[in-house]
Amino acid sequence: MANDDIWILGINMTKFGKHPDKDVVDLASEAALAALADGGVTIKEMGVLAAGNLMGAAAGIGQQLQKQIGQTGIPVFNVANACATGATALRTVIMAIKAGECDMGLAVGVEKLSGAGMLGAGFGVAASDEWTPAGRYGAVSGFEGKLGTDMMPGVFAQVGMEYLHQHPYDGADFELFAGISAKNHFNSTMNPLAAIQKDMSVEQIMAEPMIAYPNTRAMCSANSDGAAAAVVVSGAKLRTLSKEQQKRAVKVSASVLTSDPYQEACQILPDVNTLTRSAAKQAYELAGVGPDDLDLVELHDCFATAELVHYDNLMLCSEGNAVDFFLSGATTRDGKTPVNVSGGLESKGHPIAATGIANIWEICYHLRGEAGSRQIEGAKVGLAHVIGLGSACGVHILEKSGL
Amino acid sequence: MAQQIPMVDYLVLGDSPHLVANECTDCGAKFFDRRNACASCGGTSFKKTDIATEGEIRSFTIVTAFMPGADNYVPVVVDLGGTSVRGQLMNTPAEAANIALGQKVRLTTYSIGADTAGTEAINYGFEPVN
Repeated sequence: MANDDIWILGINMTKFGKHPDKDVVDLASEAALAALADGGVTIKEMGVLAAGNLMGAAAGIGQQLQKQIGQTGIPVFNVANACATGATALRTVIMAIKAGECDMGLAVGVEKLSGAGMLGAGFGVAASDEWTPAGRYGAVSGFEGKLGTDMMPGVFAQVGMEYLHQHPYDGADFELFAGISAKNHFNSTMNPLAAIQKDMSVEQIMAEPMIAYPNTRAMCSANSDGAAAAVVVSGAKLRTLSKEQQKRAVKVSASVLTSDPYQEACQILPDVNTLTRSAAKQAYELAGVGPDDLDLVELHDCFATAELVHYDNLMLCSEGNAVDFFLSGATTRDGKTPVNVSGGLESKGHPIAATGIANIWEICYHLRGEAGSRQIEGAKVGLAHVIGLGSACGVHILEKSGL
Repeated sequence: MAQQIPMVDYLVLGDSPHLVANECTDCGAKFFDRRNACASCGGTSFKKTDIATEGEIRSFTIVTAFMPGADNYVPVVVDLGGTSVRGQLMNTPAEAANIALGQKVRLTTYSIGADTAGTEAINYGFEPVN
């Protein structure tokens, strides 16, 4: 291991779902303490802490967490980057270590979202007895239901449908997207940490309440409570640790964060494609691996319609061929490139700031050969992808320790 | 005739209602909201540009309205001569069988109601071109 390599030493995710008896600090503490224990280290050895809790971004979750697990005086970065908040916390710790500021750090993401309902605010306009233009559009009323939708299920429905406009598909679009969801719901039955563990057929998924065509309720990510945390270590430091720690450490071969470059329609419908493709391209180059080398992928299926476009954006298939790629069975557990063997956000759940670390936990679980009944046999290389609207995209490529 | 006000300031009312964008004079990028500088090139000079009123549906969804008495609605992304616009599909049943990607549509306007002074707010939407 080279001195400047970056490794995940310890990592943990809590069960996702409903945690009525725990607050965000409880959940963050649970994941952080478990990640430290998993790495065989303590808070005293951490040189930096980066933490995110999107819904409480102003409250400073990092310092709140320190008061429960150890106020050691280290720098704390409270981060907020939409659904990429967890990946951003991890990226922040990695940058601090790469910069040589410290050799070990802790990244934490936590959210309480159970029962939050549909996310995505419209362009709010103050109520008035008289029409009064307000805001950057000079609008006299909110946009929702009048000029499109800002509700996430509808936004991502349009993302998926736009792909089918650019790459026409003769079959039934509704059934196609429900099929993606069925794959993920099946996978969740093997994941005891998933918020929802229920095998659902394509027909059952299509019969669920429609939220925003073609996304039914089962095709939307589950609002859940949960936390995830990771301990990051430099290669130089890892060499001084025990053989067992070195063996279980997972190499971060690439850590990339992008924002969306200007595209013609990006301010009409968020462009989740360009920044994901850019992040993937950079990550493959940094890691020196290609899509064919990936043994598993956890990608951001916040809605079934999103998973389809990311097959293409992450270059898992040839350009424009995401539909055929899915229909070939390539993304099932037994396929060429298993995608979302955790059950994905549609069943595992999506506690926003935890998601970008939890997907890395899933990859590490397999690369360490510890995934039990849902182990992808012989997994050596995996990719974790997350995207937050606005937009921010995190892509991490992880490799099994050679020891 | 009652006074009218557009739902958004990029909708121009009158005999031939249409949308107007802020076009960057450096790179031609078009924006419907007020801009401090161009997101594409950083330029700070804009001019008003009329946008075509006919185009095609690039994407759509059908949002289920869960409020009692509210109707489902059909957000669309429409390509108006190379400029993408968001809006709602009008005068079409809100069912997937009646909506096609690539379908030709044109801009239409309708009232969203009058305020206490009697001023009607006019919004735009898109309807199929037969």
